[in-house]
Amino acid sequence: MTVVIDRNRRPEGKPGAEPVSAAGRVRAKAAGGGGLYKARVPIYPKLVHGSWRRTKWILLTLMLGIYWITPWIRWPRPSGLPQQAALVDFAGGRFYFGPIQLWPQEVYFITGLLVISALGLFLVSALFGRLWCGYACPQTVWTDLFIYVERAFEGDRNARMRLDAAPWSFDKLWRKTGKHLVWLGISFATGGAWIFYFHDAPTLIRTFWIGQAPATAYIFCALLTATTYVFAGFMREQVCTYMCPWPRIQGAMLDQHSLQVTYRADRGEPRSPHKKGADWSGRGDCVDCNACVVACPMGIDIRDGAQLECINCGLCADACDEIMVRVGRPRGLIAYDTDAAVAARASGRPAVYKLLRPRTAYYAAALSLVSGLMLWGLAHRSSIDLHVLRDRNPMVVHMQDGSVRDGYTLKVENRSFYPKTYAVTFDGVPDVRLKTPGAAATTGALSVAVDANSVRAVRVFAVAPPAADRPANLPAAFTVRDGARRVVAKTVFTSVGASR
Amino acid sequence: MSERKIDEPTGVETTEHEWDGIRELDNPLPRWWLWTWYLTIAAAIIYWVLMPAWPGLTGYTPGILHQSDRAKVVHELAELKSQRGAEAAMLQNASLEEIERNPKLQAYALAVGQSMFGDNCATCHGPGGTGSKGYPNLRDDVWLWGGSLEQIQHTITYGVRTGQPGAGGVQMPAFGRDQLLKDGQIDDLTEYVVALSRRPADPAAIARAAPLFRDQCAACHGPAGAGDQARGIPNLTDNEWLYGPRREDIREQIVGGRGGVMPTWGARLDAETIKALTVYIHANAGAQ
Repeated sequence: MTVVIDRNRRPEGKPGAEPVSAAGRVRAKAAGGGGLYKARVPIYPKLVHGSWRRTKWILLTLMLGIYWITPWIRWPRPSGLPQQAALVDFAGGRFYFGPIQLWPQEVYFITGLLVISALGLFLVSALFGRLWCGYACPQTVWTDLFIYVERAFEGDRNARMRLDAAPWSFDKLWRKTGKHLVWLGISFATGGAWIFYFHDAPTLIRTFWIGQAPATAYIFCALLTATTYVFAGFMREQVCTYMCPWPRIQGAMLDQHSLQVTYRADRGEPRSPHKKGADWSGRGDCVDCNACVVACPMGIDIRDGAQLECINCGLCADACDEIMVRVGRPRGLIAYDTDAAVAARASGRPAVYKLLRPRTAYYAAALSLVSGLMLWGLAHRSSIDLHVLRDRNPMVVHMQDGSVRDGYTLKVENRSFYPKTYAVTFDGVPDVRLKTPGAAATTGALSVAVDANSVRAVRVFAVAPPAADRPANLPAAFTVRDGARRVVAKTVFTSVGASR
Repeated sequence: MSERKIDEPTGVETTEHEWDGIRELDNPLPRWWLWTWYLTIAAAIIYWVLMPAWPGLTGYTPGILHQSDRAKVVHELAELKSQRGAEAAMLQNASLEEIERNPKLQAYALAVGQSMFGDNCATCHGPGGTGSKGYPNLRDDVWLWGGSLEQIQHTITYGVRTGQPGAGGVQMPAFGRDQLLKDGQIDDLTEYVVALSRRPADPAAIARAAPLFRDQCAACHGPAGAGDQARGIPNLTDNEWLYGPRREDIREQIVGGRGGVMPTWGARLDAETIKALTVYIHANAGAQ
């Protein structure tokens, strides 16, 4: 038997009571005919202490550290090439990441990375809910940092609410000004760090201040400074609720076995305030203290069940645990749990957690498949590439001695960091001679020098001696060799056709 | 006004649109959304002030930035030309052989040459340089004026039959039209020329035409019909026929004596462009 928890049914409360959460108040206002547009109900998240809050601080430090330090990591490459470990070089048309260097036509590796990220997100969401939203999303991380600054200047929830309600004073002015200045500083550092990923960081940090940096550097720095300031300072939870598609998509990822921040209604209800020393029998553990509501950065009441707005950050769980310890009840009234487990406990059966489900198996299989393909592709990536364009006008040129000449343009790519001289051969046509401008015709291999990390277009003519029995179109192939490494590109040798 | 329908679970008004039992909630838009819209209107007004916007009877409002794509293109072209100055100078200072041997100069010359060929030469010689009747094929190994780099450069610079100093080219007499030879003699000569390119021909006509060829044609085309590249005289013993290979084509040429004209490109193109064209044509032609 399955117990279905109806998320749409609101828990019975006092009828007519004002909703305690900000989101609840917005809904109430809308239902009351609040007009075409609604104003944001400000949210003042209260600082909580606990394991999830600690995890969030650690991850925040780690991820911001990675963001700000990465462009400064150097990577030795031959001179003339960028020495930056992670660099998206738009001007040079290259992407560098440590030992990996990608060309624009290898953009499928980036596509693959995005596919892997998406599948990883699907898998993590199916298993553990919206961990990305709660812990790793830049919107969450920067908002967290901005609230930290806000708290440092204006105090915790109650102090902030008092300050906002208070008339303007010198105290209010310097606190607000200080907060916004630090916010702008962080925003500028954010936008400023972004552009270091696209230019040599030590060079750019000098040229930026003397007005010598490319216009795009200033534009994107300004753009990301503005978005960071607005999104983390003012928009906050509205970005997640209104702008982000992920909360909508995640509905398809989650099922009743996915972990999500859950109010264990089976244990908490019926809720009511509790006097110290009073009896706990006949009532739930929830003391209706609203600690979970005031801690929520999204302004929701987790006791209403899983909601679109919930980013699964676990701060309400930390807040509730503090209270539960104080009133002497077990922790975990709000915890990461599954709908299935809550339903099982509600019907008196032991909770069962199922990590392996068809959906997680599919996601994991797809993830391994794509990751495997990507790794294989990366490992078997050649440092040479060859593209052959056959002349179409003329298709063929007939020589006076009866020999036949076809023209080709070879695009030889040297993706290594060193200049190379490749041996180019042409197979499939007997007794063919190769001719390239500036060199004598040869029956053997043409040698083609290509600069480091570049592509060279070479005109190559294949001249075949007179032969009556040669087919009109002969399958042929160019081979470019660099020692044991080689690349083959198929083409056709045409013997028949008008020269003019 | 009809009564508002309220969705029970959420308590939100609906639009009363229904698809397969799914009703659309009429949630209010956030206020900042409205402000964003006002902002776009303000941006549009600022745009009118800064940029060309409103058409008038004789022109348009130029905007205080005086933005003009046409002026921008002119500026960018001038910039491009100054950027290319370095490579153009390299072409100027290098010999044709050096340009062809040096991969960087060769690539630049081929790129310039290809575009210049399309602009100036393709009209007659065809986009692929394969020519057509009366216009020589530049891709094969037959050259009226010689296929070496220097010979090609000379031909492009001075042209053919322009009457200008340096330009070569004699005019073939119109043996038939000017009644220098009789019809029968021209028929015999046609057989003789066909035989020169090792094709079957009437032996009696060849025997009759031999003294005629010696007297009338050998002065220019040579006793064996091999031509003369120094004067642009075609070789009659190969299989390349500027005005066509058939008997009637050859007869027509003896009767009419056509001679094509190629412009003096030295008067129209700068020396680097002609060098680039020379390398492009030489690189794509049969071995010489």
